[in-house]
Amino acid sequence: MDLVQANPSLLIRLKPLDWLAAFLLLVGGAYVLDLYGTHMDVYEKAILIGAIPVFIGFAWRSNGVRNLMGVVALLALLGINLYHGDLARADQTFFLKYFLSSQTAIGWMCALFFMATVTYWLGLLARSDFAEQAGTGLTWCAVTMGFTGMLVRWYESYLIGADVGHIPVSNLYEVFVLFCLITALLYLHYEKRYNTRRLGGFVLLVISTAVGFLLWYTFSREAYEIQPLIPALQSYWMKIHVPANFIGYGSFALSAMVGVAWILRSKGILASRLPEPAILEDLMYKAISVGFGFFTIATILGALWAAEAWGTYWQWDPKETWALIVWLNYAAWLHMRLTKGLRGAILAWWAVVGLVVVTFAFLGVNMFLSGLHSYGSL
Amino acid sequence: MRFAISLLTVLAIASVIGTVLKQNEAYNAYLNQFGQFWFPVFEKLGLYSVYHAGWFLTILVFLVVSTCSCIYRQAPQMLQEMRSFREKAKEFSLRQFAHQATLHTALGTDAAAQRANHYLAVEGFEARTNKSEEGTLIAAKSGSWNRAGYILTHAAIVTICLGGLLDGDMPLKLQMMFGDTRPANSGLSLSEIPPQSRMGPDHWSYRGNVFLPEGKSSSIATINVGDGILLQELPFELMLKKFHIDFYSTGAPKRFASDIVLIDKETGERFERTIEVNKPFAYKGVTLYQASFDDGGSKLQLKAHSFAPGSAESLVMNGEVGTSLKLTRQSTPLTLELVSFRPINVENLGADIVDASTLAKLSRHMGSGAKSPTKRDLRNVGPSIDFKLRDAAGQAHEYNNYMLPLEQDGRGFFMAGLRESGAEPFRYLRIPADDEGKLDTWFALRAMLTDPAQRNIIAQRFTASAMKGDAVSETMKTKLTDTAARTLELFANGGYETMDKFIRDTVPKAEQDKAAEVFVKVLQGATWEAWKLKREQQHLLPLTITQQHATYVNDLLGSVSDSFHYGAPLFIELTGFDEVKASVIQATRSPGKYIVFLGCALLVAGVFCMLYIRERRLFLLIKDSGEVLLAMAANRKTLDFEEAFARHRDNLVQLLTEHDHGPRTS
Ligand code: HEM
Repeated sequence: MDLVQANPSLLIRLKPLDWLAAFLLLVGGAYVLDLYGTHMDVYEKAILIGAIPVFIGFAWRSNGVRNLMGVVALLALLGINLYHGDLARADQTFFLKYFLSSQTAIGWMCALFFMATVTYWLGLLARSDFAEQAGTGLTWCAVTMGFTGMLVRWYESYLIGADVGHIPVSNLYEVFVLFCLITALLYLHYEKRYNTRRLGGFVLLVISTAVGFLLWYTFSREAYEIQPLIPALQSYWMKIHVPANFIGYGSFALSAMVGVAWILRSKGILASRLPEPAILEDLMYKAISVGFGFFTIATILGALWAAEAWGTYWQWDPKETWALIVWLNYAAWLHMRLTKGLRGAILAWWAVVGLVVVTFAFLGVNMFLSGLHSYGSL
Repeated sequence: MRFAISLLTVLAIASVIGTVLKQNEAYNAYLNQFGQFWFPVFEKLGLYSVYHAGWFLTILVFLVVSTCSCIYRQAPQMLQEMRSFREKAKEFSLRQFAHQATLHTALGTDAAAQRANHYLAVEGFEARTNKSEEGTLIAAKSGSWNRAGYILTHAAIVTICLGGLLDGDMPLKLQMMFGDTRPANSGLSLSEIPPQSRMGPDHWSYRGNVFLPEGKSSSIATINVGDGILLQELPFELMLKKFHIDFYSTGAPKRFASDIVLIDKETGERFERTIEVNKPFAYKGVTLYQASFDDGGSKLQLKAHSFAPGSAESLVMNGEVGTSLKLTRQSTPLTLELVSFRPINVENLGADIVDASTLAKLSRHMGSGAKSPTKRDLRNVGPSIDFKLRDAAGQAHEYNNYMLPLEQDGRGFFMAGLRESGAEPFRYLRIPADDEGKLDTWFALRAMLTDPAQRNIIAQRFTASAMKGDAVSETMKTKLTDTAARTLELFANGGYETMDKFIRDTVPKAEQDKAAEVFVKVLQGATWEAWKLKREQQHLLPLTITQQHATYVNDLLGSVSDSFHYGAPLFIELTGFDEVKASVIQATRSPGKYIVFLGCALLVAGVFCMLYIRERRLFLLIKDSGEVLLAMAANRKTLDFEEAFARHRDNLVQLLTEHDHGPRTS
């Protein structure tokens, strides 16, 4: 008998690959700091240094994420290397043109997400474990290509001009890619945690919808062109505010799709194939509480940033106001579950409606309402 | 609780209204939108400024009160829960738990308790042991901070709302209600604004804009209140040395920065700083931000050309942006209002590509994210001015004229935009630039073509050069001169359109095309003659016949023809400028800011405690008989709890039945 084995402490669970990942992250971080430190301000350095333990934490908690980081780093470095500092090579070098240049990699991501969606549904309907495993594999591949594309895009922005370069979280196109990636990663996490692949088809449906939007945005609006940052966006706050927001949105989207699964199951549709209602409810609650935490932080970061860029932490700009509405909505959801002990259909439907509210806050505000966040002028 | 939730719902709905209806617009805009009947109704409801409406603030106050009372009622109980181990629990009540198990141990009570205590410590529990006649009770708990989460989040809501109310315009509203503060009409100039619209430097919370032209200074911020303004005196004087705008090569703005000097009114201390977007400067509780920019009264050198027929007159003037000039030499007096000046205009001069196949389209979107998808040619086409010409009746048209010729198909054109109102797009007149890249030739030739006396001379010269030699009879010559004069007259009375109408009215259908061709030939020939004449008068070298000049004549005729329908009495040419920029600096004093930020910190801490810390209670009642009762509870039952219960039960079963060796230390 060994007490420690019951809940083995972290350090004992770590494998050599975990240590290698941590080592590479540390060395990589130090190298970047050494190479570009002179161009970074103190906040950017703090963000970089703070990011390393966070990434190590992710790598240690999940083998999948650890491997993802490794493969993405390799692919992105390969892509960057193939450029030789010349953007035109994106159209001349075989590997860049067909795999690793940012647009192509993101294109692969889109295709792989579609394939994963179809495969998950096949697996669910035909009760094929193999198809479901393939769905998981395809989703991992999609995430890999997506992150590679984003990193290469980051590099490409610097090739346009040193003053143009910036992290790709600055416009609707880039955050849509981020949304797909984060939602997929969250899903993969829960898939492992709850040991069920049956929800893949549902969650991937939201991602596929986002990918559909992304493609429309690419082909009809050509929105992917890297634009230099306008002055209001030149802030280190952007680098943390935006990703925090999208962890929130991704979680909410996931909970809504679990809500859909709950509703279908309660109506007897796919009832024998979907997980138990208790599991679905638990997952919904977990996703919403993770989302709520990050969304709270993101909104507060937004307020801090607004205080610096616009002079007030809150001025009822439509985007801010809708963030508040989203927040109140999920606060109410949590109150209902935690204080009233509410369960079942109402919460499931509510989570689905929550996604509508989130979508409006995310897209509708940009499309229909005007305000400071649309950055018409200074 | 129900009350609070209802308030929150109303708050959410009100917020939605505030985002759908554009807030704090000019009242006229609302009047146009809603009409006479609804405008005052919505105004009374405060919908034009929802978030500052009395009822909205009242809801916030109620929310604060109700949340406070909730904390007051709940907090003692929560704290009690946090502290208590419930080590007095009885077997009977433990038997009511949904999660319980009965184990057996042969270790003896003390040894079992010791092992269990050790186990619980490793697992992150705090434990108390209580011996009673029922046996030894180990009462353990973990994650008690979960309860503190409730107090933290709700205290955070109260803190944030209070801080926000302090910074909002509640204090100002109260002053307006109970004091004699009144907003002034926003049309007044700064010096006309009465004292009851001026706030002293000790006013404790405000947000206003300081308008600073380069080289000027100010210590006054203007605050917009509904339809009026208030003036806020600052505790310091601000002077703008220089305002910078940098652009990327795409023409997008890259940096807005103001080099300012701040002089403390009390101590006389001077500070030189650069304020940029995202880089504010705080002094004595007032934070200064780069809010926007404007023209600070750029000096413009202008030349007004008349569009009156036969007039070659032009007038040189000097003006300043933001002011107006009286033009009295016209047949009808006009006021020239100089609205704005832009030193740089970046335009897309490239053409769109059309793809042949889907594959080509796909491959165009592959590759790097850097390439410009539709071929673009962004170029700075130079300065422009916006102005209005207002007649005696007060009617005005808006104009947008560029200083430099814009290149199109290898030729330069001056663009002159005109529109009747701000709601329409500009219609542009394209005036070709002459050899020197100037407008002079165009206006001179236009004047000749629209002057009857000059037209006759031109017609004669046209005949003379077209019919050289004696073989031609005088009657032929007279006829041709007549034709040329008629053609020019037709053109001068409405351009190509009148000529076209004339041909359609007088020439049989079959010959119309041919007639039109002849007319155009004559017109072009006559214009050549006019140009040659002009150059002779100016003692310039004779005109050479080149393709370039031929194109110019063509373009000139086209644009003169258009100018008859353009509808402007004057053309205002920008000939030079001396730019003066102005920066708009926002001055904010918000003492509630730090209260709000404190609230935010509490909120984050609270949400994390409440959602991510799990409260667990575990009881082990070890009886002398060797029977052990295990019971577990949590304030929130999730699947993790089921797992945790199973895990602890299995571990404890193993631990308490083990004989061979004592508990390991880890
Ligand atoms: C605008 C924000 C909020 C307001 C106005 C508010 C108001 C209230 C009120 C009035 C109660 C009930 C008091 C009673 O029992 O009579 C309550 C309970 C509670 N609230 Fe909130 N709340 C807010 C935000 C939150 C947030 C963000 C959370 C976190 C998820 C939260 C979690 C709770 C919990 C857990 C309880 C019950 C405490 C318990 O018995 O365990 N509240 N809240």
